[in-house]
Amino acid sequence: MPINYYILLSVALFSIGIVGVLTRRNAIIIFMCIEIMLNAVNLLLVAFSKMHHLRALVADRATTVGTDAQLFVFFIMVVAAAEVTVGLAIIVMLYRNIHSVDINFLNRLKH
Amino acid sequence: MSILEILFWFLTALALFGALMVVFSKNPVHSVLWLISVFFSISGHYILLNAQFLAIVNMIVYAGAIMVLFLFVIMLMNMNTESEPQKSKWLRIAASLSGGSLMLVLVAALKDTSGKVTGVFKVEGNIGLIKNLGQVLFTDYVLPFEISSVLFLSAMVGAVLLGKKETNSIIS
Repeated sequence: MPINYYILLSVALFSIGIVGVLTRRNAIIIFMCIEIMLNAVNLLLVAFSKMHHLRALVADRATTVGTDAQLFVFFIMVVAAAEVTVGLAIIVMLYRNIHSVDINFLNRLKH
Repeated sequence: MSILEILFWFLTALALFGALMVVFSKNPVHSVLWLISVFFSISGHYILLNAQFLAIVNMIVYAGAIMVLFLFVIMLMNMNTESEPQKSKWLRIAASLSGGSLMLVLVAALKDTSGKVTGVFKVEGNIGLIKNLGQVLFTDYVLPFEISSVLFLSAMVGAVLLGKKETNSIIS
């Protein structure tokens, strides 16, 4: 399977995430669309690591080229998990204060 | 068409359809359920790319932990289709147009990669297995690993602090 299929899939997923962030007003749905974008980037990183590894495998049978990219994806997942906990805590706190998660009401910084 | 290609196209279609349903379904609980299907299909893609450790981690962390957290919060707030806020029609059209044009620009910029690199699909190489990844993680990347534990600790403290019911309100 050529690499450009993976590129196109990741671009499509990322664009769907962008459209979701721009169209929805519910803060939690916007958060989920950000997760979709993160996953699109992760998928592309893994595909590129595999491609790079297969290239290097031709020259050297025992190479470990491409491991770094997969660990990078692992660290992205770790940071995403931490981000989700703090973000959802912020959303819960906002809901407790203004009884809504509509982002059009979350404009207190403007005034 | 080999079995791997059929699997690839099935998982791709599932991921794209699930992502579209996350954006366009009215009920937030349905959005979460579709997002779980997106994460499972991306895990399937990882398995096809022979990145088995990442596939399992993706399933446990995303489809397990994070999605349960989202479901808890949505059910806590008692959201449903009636209380769902909607943007105006023109704003939605403009947002879809801008997202679509971003996709158009990226596809136009990256379409020339076709045919130059092939063979992502060969099931050889063992970099995605847990033995190899663990060796590199605990030798070369041991410092970022420890720093991420500090990050988790601070995230936990922050979540508890934000979620706590405040006695003397700071905000208002």
